[in-house]
Amino acid sequence: MKKYDKLLNDLAPKKFGKLGTIWTISLIVIIIIGIIAYIDQLIKGQVVTNMRDYTLWGIYISNFVFFVATSFVGSVTVAVLRLTKNNWRTPVVRIAEIISLAAIVMAGITIMIDMARPDRLLNLFIHARLQSPITWDVIIIPTYIVLSLLLLYFPLLPDFKILKEYFKDKSPKLSKWYGKLSLNWTGSKAQKAIQTKSIQIIALMIIPVGLILQTIDAWLFSTTYRIGWDSTNMGAYFISGAFVAGVGALITVIYVVRRAYKLEHFITDNHFDKLGKFLVLACLTYLYFNINEYLIPTFTASKEEEIHLNTLISGQYAPLFWFVIIGGLIIPIIVLLFKKGRKPLPMFIIGLVVVIASWWKRYLIVTPTLLHPFLPIQGVPESWHHYFPSIHEWLITIATLAMALLIITLLVRYLPIIPIQRTADEQEELLKNTKNAE
Amino acid sequence: MKNNKTNSRRKFIDKGIKLSLLTAIGGIGLTKLASKLSAKPTSNSTGKIELMTTEGTIIQVDSSEVMEMDNSKKHKEYNVREGMPNRKFVMVVDLAKCKNALKCQSACNKYHYITGDNAWLKVYKMQESKDTAPYWMPTTCQHCDHPACVTVCPVDATFKRRDGLVLIDNKRCIGCRFCMAACPYSTRVFNWSDPNQGEITLAKDLKMHDHQKSSPEHAGVPSIKGTVDKCDFCPHAIQEGKLPHCVTACPNGVFYFGDKYEDTVTNGDETLRFSKLLKDKSGYRIMEGLGTEPSVYYLPPVDRLVDFEKGLENYTEFQSVEKSK
Repeated sequence: MKKYDKLLNDLAPKKFGKLGTIWTISLIVIIIIGIIAYIDQLIKGQVVTNMRDYTLWGIYISNFVFFVATSFVGSVTVAVLRLTKNNWRTPVVRIAEIISLAAIVMAGITIMIDMARPDRLLNLFIHARLQSPITWDVIIIPTYIVLSLLLLYFPLLPDFKILKEYFKDKSPKLSKWYGKLSLNWTGSKAQKAIQTKSIQIIALMIIPVGLILQTIDAWLFSTTYRIGWDSTNMGAYFISGAFVAGVGALITVIYVVRRAYKLEHFITDNHFDKLGKFLVLACLTYLYFNINEYLIPTFTASKEEEIHLNTLISGQYAPLFWFVIIGGLIIPIIVLLFKKGRKPLPMFIIGLVVVIASWWKRYLIVTPTLLHPFLPIQGVPESWHHYFPSIHEWLITIATLAMALLIITLLVRYLPIIPIQRTADEQEELLKNTKNAE
Repeated sequence: MKNNKTNSRRKFIDKGIKLSLLTAIGGIGLTKLASKLSAKPTSNSTGKIELMTTEGTIIQVDSSEVMEMDNSKKHKEYNVREGMPNRKFVMVVDLAKCKNALKCQSACNKYHYITGDNAWLKVYKMQESKDTAPYWMPTTCQHCDHPACVTVCPVDATFKRRDGLVLIDNKRCIGCRFCMAACPYSTRVFNWSDPNQGEITLAKDLKMHDHQKSSPEHAGVPSIKGTVDKCDFCPHAIQEGKLPHCVTACPNGVFYFGDKYEDTVTNGDETLRFSKLLKDKSGYRIMEGLGTEPSVYYLPPVDRLVDFEKGLENYTEFQSVEKSK
């Protein structure tokens, strides 16, 4: 019982420290600035962005694709590890679920920011046409939001009950909230059976839904007549890329949370080791599809394709392209193949680089293609021949990223990051096993 | 408690609530009997008039036998989304004649009040390869039979009519710009800010069209911030039996416009058999390999009468819309 109390003390949500408060406040400030920029964009129109008739999609869409990709971590780590009964998953799944939820919610918001007429949002439902890939997105994103929310919520039920008791004296207000959220959880066998089954079903559902979500996002591009998008490789390419972005984000967040909450005891080096192997696998797969995407066309390229590839490999976008390939894929593969590379700190740095590279990767998928239409760009202002995001676009994009981080921060603040009940059960089991062994 | 758990089964009452919604859709079969033939004989039989038969011979008929038929009004009322019945509009662009006079573009800009930075109709300076001669190539919206833009539009704001026209309902467009991404011909333009079409011209135009002011027929009038615009083959002109503005404005007769079913196209000066013209001059469509089936046909720039260099006088690399201010 003493051990259990200690566990509870370690894992129960804690108030922010000084650093946490500064972090949260600065996120809120960034978000407010972003909202102001967005309102300005609504008033003046999309003219405040640097998008024009040729670069008609910019960082908003890259950002959207990034969020969608990152949200894949929910299906991959959580569902896959759960279904394959990988026991080491316990301390990392909830963070993965939180990232997943934050990312997919922000994906939904980001796509609306790109819409020039958000006042006509309802048209997407009133006049929906099933043949449009955007309509598929409209269907799948809310589905994924609901599933991620449930996958986060159901395993939380026993913990909410525990927290209700825990905060009874310390903070009656919080206790009341946890009590409501626990839906009268008593921990009876029947309840547990329902809970286990529900989680199992959602875990089973979220894998195909996650795959569909990534694929639709890929098809949105590959259903157009565009060099660099019109590729049969896109679906697999996006899924493997999402794998990389998601696991990268997971590693980064886990490291920060571990440091901030001093959870070294629960999230051990072993976990980082496992996640490192996971990330290598993801990077290798993604590298394979990158070769499919870029190397094969260089052999058979048509004239238009050659121009497109040249700007990536040796032209205007070359620095970014090689940063993404080398920094975001090749170096992580090399470093993570060694056991020393899979220690927490190097993993954190690698994870961070992978996430940044993943973001720029989406930019490289969206922008260069638009600047290489079939007919030459003529008769338009000189500035339309290039694209670099405007201040408005940067402010709004950074605000969406900050909002995702804020959602993660708040959920980390108010939810037990590491499942308490499960950890207790596991420790009990461990104890039993050792006793039996004796 | 335990007994309860094992014995008691929840009684679910399956309520099949069947709501039979019978929406009586009546009145569809209202046929306009009045419009069957509003024919009336001319009042006085004051003599004979000459008429040409379908074979081409001239015959004389008593004027009392002649009845005035009102055909033109039949086309007046039609569904904007359906289009004009039994027509298929096509355009032929003779690249051999184009001198980059840009009258087509300025007429288009003027009549559609194009105030952005990108014209709907563009004349490209083209050269296939180093070894071939350069030429001028006007492009409009290709009004494809398999339009990529229509397929990807999530709200049916851009749509294809039976007469071949691909139009935009800018009251419905949500501004996602997917159609622009999908169009391989880069013909669509976006209203990034308020179109600023000028109050006077706008008011004047609205008075002219009045009841049709918000119809996709009059694309670009008024343009709406955050929506897509593009060439529309001027359905407002076609409907009145006129040619699109670019066709009439071109001093060199580059553009031919017509009906594929009638197999005739005209540039205002000469009227030709559409199929014969394409066959004789090896007409083609741009990027036919994509399978979009455009309605705009091109005649190759062979036997050019004018030096390509002369067109360079009008060529501006970075501007296709004249700014008055």
